[in-house]
Amino acid sequence: MELKFILESLLFSAQKPLSPAELREVFANAAAEEDADATVKSLKKVKEAELVAALEQLTQEHAAAGRSYRLACVAGAWQFVTQPDYAPWLKALVGVKARPPRLSQPALETLAIIAYRQPITRAEVEQIRGVNVDGTMQTLLERGLVESTGRADVVGRPSLYGTTPLFLEYFGLASLEGLPAADELRKIIVEKPPAPVTADAGLATPPPDQLQVAEGSVPATGSAPPTN
Amino acid sequence: MSEYKVKFEVFEGPLDLLLYLIKKEEVDIYEVNLTKLAAQFIEYIEMMREFDLEIAGEFLVMASTLMYIKSRELLPVDQQAQLEGEEDGEDPRWELIRQLVEYKKFKDAAAQLQALETTQERVFPRVPGKLEFPDEQPAPKPDVSIFDLLNAVNSVLKRFEKREGSTRDIFEDKWTVSEKIEHVVRVLTARESVRFSELFEDAMSRSEVVCTFLALLELIRLKQLICAQPEDFGEIEIKKRPAPAVAPIASGATQESPAPGVADPQP
Repeated sequence: MELKFILESLLFSAQKPLSPAELREVFANAAAEEDADATVKSLKKVKEAELVAALEQLTQEHAAAGRSYRLACVAGAWQFVTQPDYAPWLKALVGVKARPPRLSQPALETLAIIAYRQPITRAEVEQIRGVNVDGTMQTLLERGLVESTGRADVVGRPSLYGTTPLFLEYFGLASLEGLPAADELRKIIVEKPPAPVTADAGLATPPPDQLQVAEGSVPATGSAPPTN
Repeated sequence: MSEYKVKFEVFEGPLDLLLYLIKKEEVDIYEVNLTKLAAQFIEYIEMMREFDLEIAGEFLVMASTLMYIKSRELLPVDQQAQLEGEEDGEDPRWELIRQLVEYKKFKDAAAQLQALETTQERVFPRVPGKLEFPDEQPAPKPDVSIFDLLNAVNSVLKRFEKREGSTRDIFEDKWTVSEKIEHVVRVLTARESVRFSELFEDAMSRSEVVCTFLALLELIRLKQLICAQPEDFGEIEIKKRPAPAVAPIASGATQESPAPGVADPQP
């Protein structure tokens, strides 16, 4: 009996998403039963890595089969979910999902910054957004999408913020690694060397003697950074 | 100017407005003409004031930054004010561009999060039905206490008082608690509930009654049974507790019950 099919049967009838740790417990409990046979006993101490590998394989197989449902890992726990395309009929069957109202644009922007840059202080978020984020932070905290994760080791010891497991659930993400373009945004953006910012030379009114120099080398403004 | 009025968007902040203006110009952020941008930005602020809109402080800060950049451009490079304390030679133009690029990336990320949000609204998890049985009957009325059970068994025992009053028969112990446990379980497998007195109807002697009673207590202790008294002073009803694992636990009970003293209730 293949491990992936055992997992499939477990997730098929599970009442809630199961994490690899919870699945491991199931295997241990099954092996502890008196009538456990050799196969069951052999899986008593199955490793989490093995489980995850089997689950990933199962996910791929389901995806390849192109079924109406798929195996999804959300916030580290696995469950079967339907494909979004079938939502119209599912809505008619089970009703609209009970979800809080959609997030506003400022909330999404703020959340994105926190998600990619966590842990981050409120001031740093404001630095990036260029606006005050008190209101949106409050909304995000109230909705349990972000939480205070500690205090920054700088003057004033401001709170640091990070996302919660609910954040992953809300967006259907397996982990923070699953954020779109995570590797690019997570790290500090690699800043390109100060490319010459093209100022409209016509608008600047350099003295006549300077004008001649500027004529010869238009990117005169660009030569400014090297002089620093 | 007029097109603003038609397409009056609400901007999240000065950076958002700048990005919008850059997008309108259809140029790369790195190649944007900041001087022109500054003019457009201030034009926009002017218009906001005309419409009597409240202008957030951040917009004014940005306007002044842009004015600074613009004014700096007016000076030849070697005459530009380089050191202004915190600036430390940092080109304010570059600083603004960097900020815009960074903000743009997060704005795009926010759009992707929004896409995930709407997708997730359309994803339904598989929720299997609960495996448990529907909640046990409309909650049995007052729980039966041990005293109610003792009273009940006492009234059963009275039957034998008369019979065993004068003479005493001596016979071997035919019953054990474990047998009686099996008997009770069997009865309750066949029927949903049984009245207390019914369990003792066939009892031949005091000791059999005691055995059955001990079996009953054991099963109650193992949470296999529910005792309920639907009416005040009424007959006690015994039901099987709906649990998925009746069999293994019951067998455990039979192994456990012939404990010293319990299996031999004879005085």
